[in-house]
Amino acid sequence: MSDSDVLVQVRDLKVHFPIKRGVLFDRTVGHVKAVDGVDLSIPRGKTYGLVGESGCGKSTLGRALLQLTPPTAGEVSFDGVELTTLAPGKLRAMRKRMQMIFQDPMSSLDPRQNVESILTEGLQAHGIGGNREGRRKIISETLDKVGLPRWALSRYPHEFSGGQRQRIGIARALVLGPELIVADEPVSALDVSIQAQVVNLLDDLQDSLGLTYLVIAHDLAVVRHISDTVGVMYLGALVEEAPSDRLYTEPLHPYTRALMSAVPVPDPDVEDRRERILLAGDLPSPANPPAGCRFHTRCPWAQPTRCADERPALREIGGSRVACHFAEQIATGELRPHKVSAEIVRPEGEGEEPGVVSAPSEPGSFV
Amino acid sequence: MALLEVDDLSVTFARRNQRAVHAVDGVSFSVDAGEVVGLVGESGCGKSVTSLAIMGLLPKQPGLRVGGKAVFDGTDLLQLDDRSRRDIRGRDIAMIFQDPLSSLNPVIPIGLQVTEVLTRHRGMKGDAAAKEAAQLLDRVGIPDPKRRLKEYPHQLSGGMRQRALIAMAVACQPRLLIADEPTTALDVTIQAQILELLKDLVRDSGTALVMITHDLGVVAGMCDTINVLYGGRVVETARRRPLFREPRHPYTVGLLGSVPRLDAGRGEKLNPIPGSVRDLLPWADGCAFAPRCTRRVDACVGQPPELVLAHDGRSYRCVNPAPVPGLTPAEAAPVTVAGAADVPVADEPPAPAAGPVPAPREEEKP
Repeated sequence: MSDSDVLVQVRDLKVHFPIKRGVLFDRTVGHVKAVDGVDLSIPRGKTYGLVGESGCGKSTLGRALLQLTPPTAGEVSFDGVELTTLAPGKLRAMRKRMQMIFQDPMSSLDPRQNVESILTEGLQAHGIGGNREGRRKIISETLDKVGLPRWALSRYPHEFSGGQRQRIGIARALVLGPELIVADEPVSALDVSIQAQVVNLLDDLQDSLGLTYLVIAHDLAVVRHISDTVGVMYLGALVEEAPSDRLYTEPLHPYTRALMSAVPVPDPDVEDRRERILLAGDLPSPANPPAGCRFHTRCPWAQPTRCADERPALREIGGSRVACHFAEQIATGELRPHKVSAEIVRPEGEGEEPGVVSAPSEPGSFV
Repeated sequence: MALLEVDDLSVTFARRNQRAVHAVDGVSFSVDAGEVVGLVGESGCGKSVTSLAIMGLLPKQPGLRVGGKAVFDGTDLLQLDDRSRRDIRGRDIAMIFQDPLSSLNPVIPIGLQVTEVLTRHRGMKGDAAAKEAAQLLDRVGIPDPKRRLKEYPHQLSGGMRQRALIAMAVACQPRLLIADEPTTALDVTIQAQILELLKDLVRDSGTALVMITHDLGVVAGMCDTINVLYGGRVVETARRRPLFREPRHPYTVGLLGSVPRLDAGRGEKLNPIPGSVRDLLPWADGCAFAPRCTRRVDACVGQPPELVLAHDGRSYRCVNPAPVPGLTPAEAAPVTVAGAADVPVADEPPAPAAGPVPAPREEEKP
């Protein structure tokens, strides 16, 4: 693939959040490694889907890509321009080329702004459209694209249904004429029938406007439906990346297999026939990830050698990129899954032993 | 005789100077002993209110009217006084809620919350109760249960909290378990664990389960009988396989067409249902789904559609149901929303469902 085809190139991106303790002096006692070394590239006009469970760092990756959360290390180049070192003014100008669609349309729209004001704000900030009339024209065209009626302009977000609110969110992203849209869980807050409307809308917009998407979602079926390439994240790193059809027919990483087998399919025949790979336990805390392969604590195929002490790098196996030492052996059936007993995982910030934290000893100690 | 027989249940919330809301508008279904029954529908279809009404958990407020019958093992739950209802709740009928964090008390250890049920209904105390509670936690797959008993809900992960909640629900071996979106707040891999656990519990103990969910995939893998709700009424009831193979009600057809499937290829268009749940016709004036329906005919509006009983315990509430493939040559049109377009429709021409997303219709100001 030549460089001109790649719109976004991410190299070894890291986002670490400090964990602070103390009242007067904020001591940094550790880091939550939300994103810990991700490489990916998104070709122009294609959709890259990012899946993973909550807490795997997929949203942080999306935000860091747009520089909404400053990355700790790594490079993000957008159409050849390096974003991480760009001056704030220039970055601001770049932002009109990359926009975001948020998960919850109600909380990402200002309840006191009407739709026209919501859509005009971005145009004004970037000086697009010249005068009021010019902006009106752009806004009306955008409304048509997302399938909202003209009378919507004078209305406020609470007057719309969930699906329509998400359309407003999409219109707000589209109005600046972006090339890249990062959609963070664009349909998960919506009902099934409305979900399909929005998914189709995103598809149609890509066809007509040639948009590039980074779609972040936990719903594997939705991601597979709209993506060309799918990346699977686990604890801040990509464990597998493959063309979406291939990922489904030939998942190579044990985590991808488990994830695939866990998604319920609305078809009783499929449901009865398939073999579930049940993962034991929960996602380990990203503040204290397991050494070696991050997945080895829950992996049914984990081996005593290498898995616990050597972190696997993404390597190419027949069109997919997989971070697993034993992917080939698992694919051929040479290695068989074994039973894993669940390990107790503390929710974030509760690193202490269970015996120690029984009750807050003084008021406010858990605040 | 069925274990639970819900007949014409209706719940109305009335407020002064405002239109009354018919959250549940004549829901009828039955649950046999040991059966897994699904209530499926989108938000606002009344599935949760149905379960709360059966359990008697709706907030007592002026303007709340509950009508109809919910007969559990010969007694009408809706007519019971609070005291006898409390005896049944937790012992014979138990409930699992959607969000485990908000349904567990944050300032009481898990152990105490589990033993509370045992003390109330089984008269167990002290060490015996603690031992039983530890066994329960062990049964739902919580590792190291003795230590977990002393912990608080915030110290457990989401999946473990849901397991604790399930342990509380099955503590008295209830004959009926109502699970209201038990896995919606959880990740897929954890969801698979919890569903597997529920399946095992139901199989081992013969408990009947009412599964309330919006996820058709969950229903496909678990339920024996499925009730599809729309606008506060059951629009279609069928056994699991027939429902997915040949859905008759256009809403069921639409729902199945809207779900992206993991085993479908990239680029296959979804067939969404046009409009939104707000475009609702009151049941008294016809079919509530008519404003969004692609198979609408004149007869849909005017009077509520009758429940049509078909063979094999199947029923649907529609005057122009989607045809069954291979039934008669004339009716052999494919059961998809797109296929519905070539069936003569007397009213307005149906929106082309396979085309671009239809614009949402004009909504009145709330």
